[in-house]
Amino acid sequence: MSKVKNSGIGAYIGTIGALVILCVLWTVLNSNFISPSNIMSVFKQTSFNALLSIGMLFCLITAGIDLSVGANATFCACLMGMLVKGGTTNPVILAIVALVAGTAIGLINGLLLTRLHLPHPFVSTLGMKNFLWGLALIVTGSQMISFTDAPGIMWLGNATVGGFPVSFIFVLVICVVLHILLTRTALGRSIYCAGGNMEATRLSGINSANVLTFCYVLSGLLAGLAGIVSVGRSGTCNGANAIQTYDTDAIAACVIGGASFMGGKGTIVGAMLGALIIAVLRNGFALLAVNSAVQNCVLGLVIIGAVLLDVMRENMQAKARRKQAAAQ
Amino acid sequence: MSEYVVELRGCTKTFPGVKALDNMQLAVKPGEILGLIGENGAGKSTLIKILTGVYHADKGEIYVNGEKKSFKNPNDSAAAGIACVYQELNIEKLLSVTDNIFINKWIKGAGKLLNYREMHKKAKEIMASLGQEVDPSKPAGNFGMGVQQMIEIAKAVLIDAKMIIMDEPTSSLGEKEVEQLMQTCRALRDRGVGIVFVSHKLEELFELCDRVTVIRDGKYIDTRDIKDWDNDSLIAAMVGRTLDNMYPKVIAERGECVLKAENVTEEGVIKDVSFEAYAGEVLGFAGLVGAGRTETMRAIFGADPIDSGKVYIHGKEVHIKSPAQAIKNGIAFLTEDRKGQGLVLAQSVRNNLILSNMKGFSSGMFLDNKKIESRANENISALKIKTPNADERVGQLSGGNQQKVVIGKWINTDCDIFIFDEPTRGIDVGAKIEVYNIINSLVKEGKCVIMVSSELPEILGMSDRVIVMRDGRIAGTTVRGSKSFNQESIMRAAWGGNIDE
Repeated sequence: MSKVKNSGIGAYIGTIGALVILCVLWTVLNSNFISPSNIMSVFKQTSFNALLSIGMLFCLITAGIDLSVGANATFCACLMGMLVKGGTTNPVILAIVALVAGTAIGLINGLLLTRLHLPHPFVSTLGMKNFLWGLALIVTGSQMISFTDAPGIMWLGNATVGGFPVSFIFVLVICVVLHILLTRTALGRSIYCAGGNMEATRLSGINSANVLTFCYVLSGLLAGLAGIVSVGRSGTCNGANAIQTYDTDAIAACVIGGASFMGGKGTIVGAMLGALIIAVLRNGFALLAVNSAVQNCVLGLVIIGAVLLDVMRENMQAKARRKQAAAQ
Repeated sequence: MSEYVVELRGCTKTFPGVKALDNMQLAVKPGEILGLIGENGAGKSTLIKILTGVYHADKGEIYVNGEKKSFKNPNDSAAAGIACVYQELNIEKLLSVTDNIFINKWIKGAGKLLNYREMHKKAKEIMASLGQEVDPSKPAGNFGMGVQQMIEIAKAVLIDAKMIIMDEPTSSLGEKEVEQLMQTCRALRDRGVGIVFVSHKLEELFELCDRVTVIRDGKYIDTRDIKDWDNDSLIAAMVGRTLDNMYPKVIAERGECVLKAENVTEEGVIKDVSFEAYAGEVLGFAGLVGAGRTETMRAIFGADPIDSGKVYIHGKEVHIKSPAQAIKNGIAFLTEDRKGQGLVLAQSVRNNLILSNMKGFSSGMFLDNKKIESRANENISALKIKTPNADERVGQLSGGNQQKVVIGKWINTDCDIFIFDEPTRGIDVGAKIEVYNIINSLVKEGKCVIMVSSELPEILGMSDRVIVMRDGRIAGTTVRGSKSFNQESIMRAAWGGNIDE
């Protein structure tokens, strides 16, 4: 067993190293970076992307994708905004509406894939993204809506405990639960196996259609949660946000953390590290007042670099295995 | 000038661990139809691929019109006038008939642009000369299999092929289309083209061919004029008389009927398949590739939906709609394609071993890692899986060891009906015997084993009873010890004759 754990941490050493180097670099360039308040704000900024990334991770492991996570989160926020505008400010009702809506959208994504047998979810979730963008604008009348009348629902996104953002604690709890689900339960094992070889998994008696549906439902639920976090952070909702790069940021986090578009790979820890790297990057750029065009360039290069490193690592491992086999 | 349009001499081709062709020869005269037959795995595909330049022979020469040639790639072979219509057609269904025929042979007009008027005209002419009146500007996929095949033949006609190889051209055609194809073959022959006609159907050979060549185990056996062959002599030549005794067969006590299929039908695939399988028995399924054996097993396992028919397990009717339900009913299915359908190659040996029974390895909500660990080690030693440890990726193991992991996966379920589809394909002799021993121990424990295999010696060596399939139907049954329990009888049934002749 110890061997497994070693190789497990070994797989993250590169990612952790990159994160540490990045933090050191920012600190050298601007000492404000390492201040407790800034670190807490990095955590706060991470929460939203982390939630979307975790949902995305489940879809990526099954060799799928969910391009509607960002639009889903925005739509859920706008749905709450519509209710707030109409006078409903009870945080429980608002939260339930957001979570149910997000989950239902995930379920539709899952059913389109597994029951109506649409081809790769790239297309169906892209369609869903556009649909939700439009719907978000419709429910808000294309207006930004302020949540000042409903402070309760903003608690998750802006409250802190001893300076530590509640939203990030929430994310960590979800990470632990889902990490256990992925690594210790039959469902988790089925998700990896379905991603590795869908047909073999089905012929092994696993209902792979339901396994896939679960992943999209979970992705939708987490997007609903991210929607709640977002209104807390910004105090508003804005339908136009549906076409922000939230989806690609989530994909980037997963890929930086070792997930693959081919499926069967990726971990919660990796996706979290990826989300942290992206948050630290963006935070540092903001501190150094780097122009946003340059930010985009660098983030793009980081994504390409992460995949390149992953491919190189795979090749090296395969080569080492061949050598080992030849030596035997 | 040579008597032959294409002649292959002394050809040997070795793949790692297998001699696919051994001193093979083949000679085709211009203006003749030469039948080529052999059992599954006799080397027909390899022979075709050498003639078309896909493979490179280790030894041997190819002569075209008496001139020695060396094919480095398929283009060289095509340039020499050899064309092949493969069983799996290479048709771009969305492109027009013209585009398919002229692919890479485009007629260009002024300014290097494609001259479609000329190409359509030529395409229409060629298709008409093959007896097909079609609009060549329509997508190829709009037409049936017969026309699509003619498009392939048209490609051969366009390059003015001297020899056309047809690899089981009738396997996907209806009766009318077969008749049309034969007419076309005869017309091409009369124009002086040499045709190699590979078929699994003896009656077609007798109807169409001028001469027939038989190969077996990668070796050339005989070529005779068609009038000098009959059904029995062809089958005897194909089968040979080698049955080495590498089968550690154990006869177990036959128990109750555990699986009964009644008129199971999947339209266009299998028709009215009925059989019974018993505990403590190895039931072999013989037949040619494509006879519907795998399809029958997939239907019973719930991998593909059936249109009609009944399945009984332990005497009770069941309605199996998914593999999950089949496993609940005690059916295990070891697929013939272990990499594509049996294993998750990127996952560990341990994970693959529990794939079919994760519930059985869970306590409460969580997987029981201790139980998994000890069972995995138990499997590895009992099945002699050669792996550094249980965490090795299955993709790293050899074929034989991968197969043992598949077997382990199913032994770890509570199944009592084990369907093995080509259990020893692509694994070495030592591993084969180990697989046979596992089959023996299963039937000794009173389990039922159904074994689909294309290797007749294996079927005869391991089965208690053999069912022969042909064209999606059951063509005959024979029991160990009976007069028809031999290669000739089974082949006869597989090729369209009666098993008890």
